[in-house]
Amino acid sequence: MKSIKVTSPIVFSVCRGDIPKELLREFYRTMFWIQKVELKINELYHEDEMKTPVHLCLGQEAVAAGVCLNLNANDYVFTNHRGHGHYIAKGGNIKAMVAEFYNRETGCSRGRGGSMHLVDTAVGLLGSSSIVGGGIPLATGAALASVLRKDNRVSLAFFGDAAIEEGVIYESINFAMLKKLPVVYVCENNLYSVFSHLSKRQAQDDIYRRFIGLDIPIYRVDGNNVVAVYRAAKKAIAQARDGGGPSFIECRTYRLKDHHGTGSGVEVGYRSQEEVDEWVARCPVKNYERFLLEQRLLTAVEIKQFTDAVDREVEGVFNFAHASPLPREDEVLDYLYQ
Amino acid sequence: MDWSKTLVKEEINFEADKKGRKLSYAAAIREALELAMTSDERVFIMGQGVDDPVGMFGITLDLHKKYGQERVFDTPLSENALTGVAIGAAVAGMRPVYMHNRPDFLLLAMDQIVNHAAKWSYMFGGSVRAPLVIWACVGRGWGGAAQHTQTLQGLFMHIPGLRLVMPTTPYDAKGLLITGIADNNPVIILEHRWLLRQSGYVPEGLYSIPFGCGVVRRQGKDITIVAISYMVVEALGAARELEKQGIDAEVIDPRTLRPLDEAIILESVKKTGRLVVADTGWKTGGVGAEITALVAEKGFEYLKAPVRRVTTLDIPTPASDVLEAKFYTGKADIIVSCSEIMEKKVTK
Repeated sequence: MKSIKVTSPIVFSVCRGDIPKELLREFYRTMFWIQKVELKINELYHEDEMKTPVHLCLGQEAVAAGVCLNLNANDYVFTNHRGHGHYIAKGGNIKAMVAEFYNRETGCSRGRGGSMHLVDTAVGLLGSSSIVGGGIPLATGAALASVLRKDNRVSLAFFGDAAIEEGVIYESINFAMLKKLPVVYVCENNLYSVFSHLSKRQAQDDIYRRFIGLDIPIYRVDGNNVVAVYRAAKKAIAQARDGGGPSFIECRTYRLKDHHGTGSGVEVGYRSQEEVDEWVARCPVKNYERFLLEQRLLTAVEIKQFTDAVDREVEGVFNFAHASPLPREDEVLDYLYQ
Repeated sequence: MDWSKTLVKEEINFEADKKGRKLSYAAAIREALELAMTSDERVFIMGQGVDDPVGMFGITLDLHKKYGQERVFDTPLSENALTGVAIGAAVAGMRPVYMHNRPDFLLLAMDQIVNHAAKWSYMFGGSVRAPLVIWACVGRGWGGAAQHTQTLQGLFMHIPGLRLVMPTTPYDAKGLLITGIADNNPVIILEHRWLLRQSGYVPEGLYSIPFGCGVVRRQGKDITIVAISYMVVEALGAARELEKQGIDAEVIDPRTLRPLDEAIILESVKKTGRLVVADTGWKTGGVGAEITALVAEKGFEYLKAPVRRVTTLDIPTPASDVLEAKFYTGKADIIVSCSEIMEKKVTK
């Protein structure tokens, strides 16, 4: 497992032909959807109509798409505060998600959760925690439920590099290994926690090495390479489904925006324009689009038709959210207990 | 010396006058688990030592032999992650019961209990839920000291989204646990070690006791004693002594603190005009503070005298039995508090 340098080019390896062409196109569509929704939030956030702290995943689209396109609709996913991409890639209702950003009653959490708390039980999205690492044991527990029921589901937790600093990741992996649970731990290492670089928080850089002593299968991939992410996740998920137990995947990536909101970090000054530019050049969507064109998997006309259609749909999604009713004040106590 | 043998005080039998079968407190809880596991295959039991030869004070003894190691299993000590595991399984449709020897260890799991279990329903607008039971038994005595005897009901009562149950009798322990397992919300049950060797009348089969429904343990007209958990025993003892002094005390056992049966407390105070709250926990910001504030807000016009709280001292539990005796309160303190406010009148 070699270290991934910021400047290394993204090499999409599909020469073996083991990934169906339609799936290769679907990677692009999913990533483009995520990017489009995030860009739309980025565009409208200043209006202050979305009264919730949005954590954009621009730059990380390949992790969500590469992982989730391996999952079945009834597989379970627990995600974190930066979960828009995971929600979209798992097939969550996008109208309900955006309505949640607008704090509407039609939101996936009926305006009680906001952008950090997304749910769609119809596709196995059982909730997202904004406590760093909080969703990791929940995914582990959902996997335990699957073992007890023998329902052949796989559970998956998405979390960032800072979750590695929480004890709960070690506790969860130990238990998952002990019980051989069908759970996959996906770490999106985007190098920053709020303004703090990984080097200020962790004694050594290679996150994947922390768990070698637990004997869990470990993958480390370029998180900006959707094909690489897909290949690692495919092995990990297949192993989990076959009763082989959990795996851990470290995806090295980068968030192009601030921890929350629409800044790039350069204005505040915790990182340089040069650094951001290097990662803009490694955009997972743009690079993959170029690859698809080179490989003639999609034509420029097809891409234009698709992206125009998504543009229109996204307009509709945001209009729906904006026009939706707010929660009723007299229902403020509802849903505390069931 | 065996810890548990030193802790058993006088036997109380609240239901001894009723006809029927007598069971020990531990056997009553075990029967609830057994019935729940038989009737609902979603139920499973986890916790450190639940399948060991002691079986959690006998409560889980040999259940793994009947239901298999998959449904009754030992856990790593990782309390926070394992609480999350229980929550995740519950959110995915199971009914976990996570058992702990002592509530002190729940402090390691406060992130998962407070940030996750308590919020999972509300935060997602009711589209998901976390029906799990967390069970723990408060320790007391034999130098258990500061980290093995804590009564943390004040902390848990503060958290919206949790249920908080503190049974007193074998009958209630069984019925409330069955209700807890069937409930669609996270339920914390805090037992008391000194109640665990008690025995009492316990019906066979499944029955449930509704949450938020207290009981009058003793009827009286002069003063209301709201007693929590083991303090019910002390309050009943105090009431017998007070009777000799001509003071007729009513003893209320709320049984659940979240939800709290406000009506039973307010009705009693309306009748007696005087209130003492006896809790096994600390005074400041605790259960006594909440219940007395409730009466001050909703029943002030009934009060003929100041309220009193009988609690432990606001310090960590000391180990030495000399200091421990000062730390804990009981029958004598309840008697003193009751006598004081029987003499005092509030002029309004």
